[in-house]
Amino acid sequence: MNTATFSLATLAPAIPEIALLAFVSALLVIDLFVADRDKHVSFWLAIGSLLGTAFLAGSLVGHPSAVTFQGMFVADPMSQVLKVSVLLAVAATLVYSRVYLEVRELLRGEFLSLSLFATLGMMVMISAHHFLTLYLGLELLALSLYAMVALQRDSARATEAAMKYFVLGALASGMLLYGMSMVYGGTGSLDIARVAASLAGTPQSQTLAVFGLVFVVAGVAFKLGAVPFHMWVPDVYHGASTPATLFIGAAPKIAAFAFVMRLLAQALGPMGADWQQMLAILAVASIGLGNVVAIAQTNLKRMLAYSTISHMGFLLLGILAGTDNGYSSAMFYVLTYVLMTLGAFGMILLLSRAGFEAEELEDFRGLNRRSRWFAFVMLVIVFSLAGIPPAVGFLAKFAVLQAAWESGFGWLVVFAVLMSVVGAFYYLRLVKLMYMDEPAGEITIAERGDMRVLLSVNALAVLALGIVPAPLMDLCARAITASL
Amino acid sequence: MSQGFPILSLVTWLPIAFGVAVLALASDRNPAPARWTALAGSILGFAAGIPLWTGFSLAAGGAMQFEELRPWIPLFNVNYHLGVDGISMPLILLNSFMTVLVVIAHWEVVTEKVGQYLAAFLIMSGLINGTFAALDAILFYVFFEAMLIPMFLIIGVWGGPNRVYAAVKFFLYTLLGSLLMLAAFIYLYHQTNGSFEILDYHKLPLTMTAQVLVFLAMFMSFAVKVPMWPVHTWLPDAHVEAPTGGSVILAAITLKIGAYGFLRFNMPIAPDASHALAGFMITLSLVAVVYIGLVALVQSDMKKLIAYSSISHMGFVTLGFFLFNAEGVLGGLIQMVSHGFISAAMFLCVGVLYDRVHSRQISAYGGVANTMPVFAAFFVLFAMANSGLPATSGFVGEFFVIMGAVKVNFWYAFLAATTLIFGAAYTLWMVKRVVYGEVANPDVAALKDVSGRELAFLALLAACVLAMGIYPKPFADVMNPTILELLRHVTASKL
Repeated sequence: MNTATFSLATLAPAIPEIALLAFVSALLVIDLFVADRDKHVSFWLAIGSLLGTAFLAGSLVGHPSAVTFQGMFVADPMSQVLKVSVLLAVAATLVYSRVYLEVRELLRGEFLSLSLFATLGMMVMISAHHFLTLYLGLELLALSLYAMVALQRDSARATEAAMKYFVLGALASGMLLYGMSMVYGGTGSLDIARVAASLAGTPQSQTLAVFGLVFVVAGVAFKLGAVPFHMWVPDVYHGASTPATLFIGAAPKIAAFAFVMRLLAQALGPMGADWQQMLAILAVASIGLGNVVAIAQTNLKRMLAYSTISHMGFLLLGILAGTDNGYSSAMFYVLTYVLMTLGAFGMILLLSRAGFEAEELEDFRGLNRRSRWFAFVMLVIVFSLAGIPPAVGFLAKFAVLQAAWESGFGWLVVFAVLMSVVGAFYYLRLVKLMYMDEPAGEITIAERGDMRVLLSVNALAVLALGIVPAPLMDLCARAITASL
Repeated sequence: MSQGFPILSLVTWLPIAFGVAVLALASDRNPAPARWTALAGSILGFAAGIPLWTGFSLAAGGAMQFEELRPWIPLFNVNYHLGVDGISMPLILLNSFMTVLVVIAHWEVVTEKVGQYLAAFLIMSGLINGTFAALDAILFYVFFEAMLIPMFLIIGVWGGPNRVYAAVKFFLYTLLGSLLMLAAFIYLYHQTNGSFEILDYHKLPLTMTAQVLVFLAMFMSFAVKVPMWPVHTWLPDAHVEAPTGGSVILAAITLKIGAYGFLRFNMPIAPDASHALAGFMITLSLVAVVYIGLVALVQSDMKKLIAYSSISHMGFVTLGFFLFNAEGVLGGLIQMVSHGFISAAMFLCVGVLYDRVHSRQISAYGGVANTMPVFAAFFVLFAMANSGLPATSGFVGEFFVIMGAVKVNFWYAFLAATTLIFGAAYTLWMVKRVVYGEVANPDVAALKDVSGRELAFLALLAACVLAMGIYPKPFADVMNPTILELLRHVTASKL
């Protein structure tokens, strides 16, 4: 590795991150001079920054892998695809959140810059090629999110959620660091490629590495929200303001997938036989508990929180397969899952208005009477989450299930399949409320055109990907093959 | 393989496209455009299917015809593969035909959310055609499951007072079965080294244990759909609560998908397990025939009675299949088509009465023949067909199945034949109480006979029932080569 020379060309793989950092810094300054009533200027600047960065990241798609910053940072095909997805997901999050934030006077520079810093953290995580870079990105993301949840200062619920999130998040980070330090002790390196090489040969201490692995997996499970490390998920989803929940529920899942890939598949790949079993337990517990407990929820945000837990279990099914097939299926799963989550929370935001949060299941009662189109939008998203074709959720589940079966986890597949039936019940309840019941109170739908259009496109994309999945699946497969 | 004009894609996607158009045209104030578009869509959908019958080659044996093959998800080797043989082709036509009837039948009856109602039926019609035509397991699964969504909404939105319970029960029962089938598909995919072609599965050698597990996983899925005793309990609930159109499609078509699944999947993929479990299947079928027939006898709700009668008749179908001889399978298949006509007709008749009196109770009627003579004539004809009177289509299938059963075991035939008594008993007793006797109450006295629209669909169905009863040869000719091919697969051991 070349440590001496520095030229601008070595920065090329990191151009999207550098650009985004420049954009955020500019936004921070500009926002100071924007009057409160003109905050839409800052908003559009933020959207512009995200789309500009997405364009830069997109222009790198298809380039071969490049490692820079003395092996700290990698730009490989997988990272490019994931980065573009993260940027688009964050942009969609901001568009959906705008009305809600405006009405509650939360659309200030803080929310926007925190969003962008969190995005930068995710991009760094995605491109990490070293445990420290990985940790750096993770903390940048996490600290921004803690602040974002706490942004609603006068809401006791939000403050409590932020506190819980912070304490448990810090605990998880501690575990992760502890695990990483043991892996360092066992292999003598923090560089992902070297850790993998050392483990594939004869590491200095296999025992130490395995011990470290346990802590790493626990840390990863915390960040994903897999059972039994899921306790923060329902409280944070419920307590945070809906835009913050949407933010946490969407893009960071993509980053979390990259995080798992870098840590487990790449660095600790040679210890696959060890972590496969651990992930199998996490997956079983998550799919089981998530689906069963979701039935008892009356709050839509809490229900979606438990649904997230079970979806993370499905994601783990793909990863624990430990094959390229499994990784690319998991990647397809996470991308489509984020699309569905965006739609689901987008619908909550669409129905919210001043002084009213449409976050109870009951608030969707009779939606079909009020708006046939948006009832249909929600129908598509809900059936997709439940894994019913022709929406894409089915193909995502199918992909991870077949990968898990291929690796000999047939019993897990049967379990996951049976639990999906339980899961279908609470999704059906939402459809029933929308279509089969009469509206109880008034339902208002946000007037903002950009949000309505984007939400419609979002639902149609969920449907279209279910009918024409091949391009995205191929993209994921090629990205994974080229990156591992 | 000839890639001619994609007729099967047309019969699948045309109704769906019209369904989407109807959805776009739907307006609660003025339902006329949606209605006429739906009628046009259903008729065009049926017309598009006619070349399947006229162009069907009897010389092709059991081979697939009108095949279409395109890659769909190349990564997992999933193909958009359609094709029909003598088993699936008549079912596609039956479905397209019923869709026309359902659209005609809804006309003055459904007044709420008309557009969504019709769109749901058209989309479902297309999905059902896709299910019958799919030759790729995942494609089949997608159509099979997607069908649940419109059916769930039809029962749940337009059904009776207890509709939500019925809709959820229907959905979850079916989903449980089909997800296990998906697991079986994934297993077979890895066994064949990456193929989802149903026809490849037919040739795949499997051990006995594997066959039994695959058989049971698929059995769960199809038995719920048929429905076989004891997983039939969703059907009476769903039927009673479904609107007339929903009942017609449910009884006439979706039940057939379960029976079709046994022929397409269970028997050829797991022939040895099918033989080993034949006693089990026949027992369940006979329980359905006899026990459910008795249950039908005591019903006081007409729709429930017909629903139980459907279960009993479908027991005949599965009985015929698992006799493993040509008479049995042919009888089962003819019974499927015939039951499609007859159950649809019975439900439509009840619908005609219900629209006027708003009661499904037998006790709410009596002496209907006095005020509705034309209707009464049709009702009695269909009731006769339902109890298996010769010269109606109901007789042909039952006769063949009983013939097949005699060859295997006399007592099977004996028990199966009791249906001729029970079937006649519950159907004719209902007809007697509803149609004959003195005019029971002022509601019945005020009844008006059938309108032109009602006459149209009743006459159409009556013509089908009689034609098939008197001259079933065209159907038998189409089905026979496929049945022989199927039996060849089923008799050859895979061990």
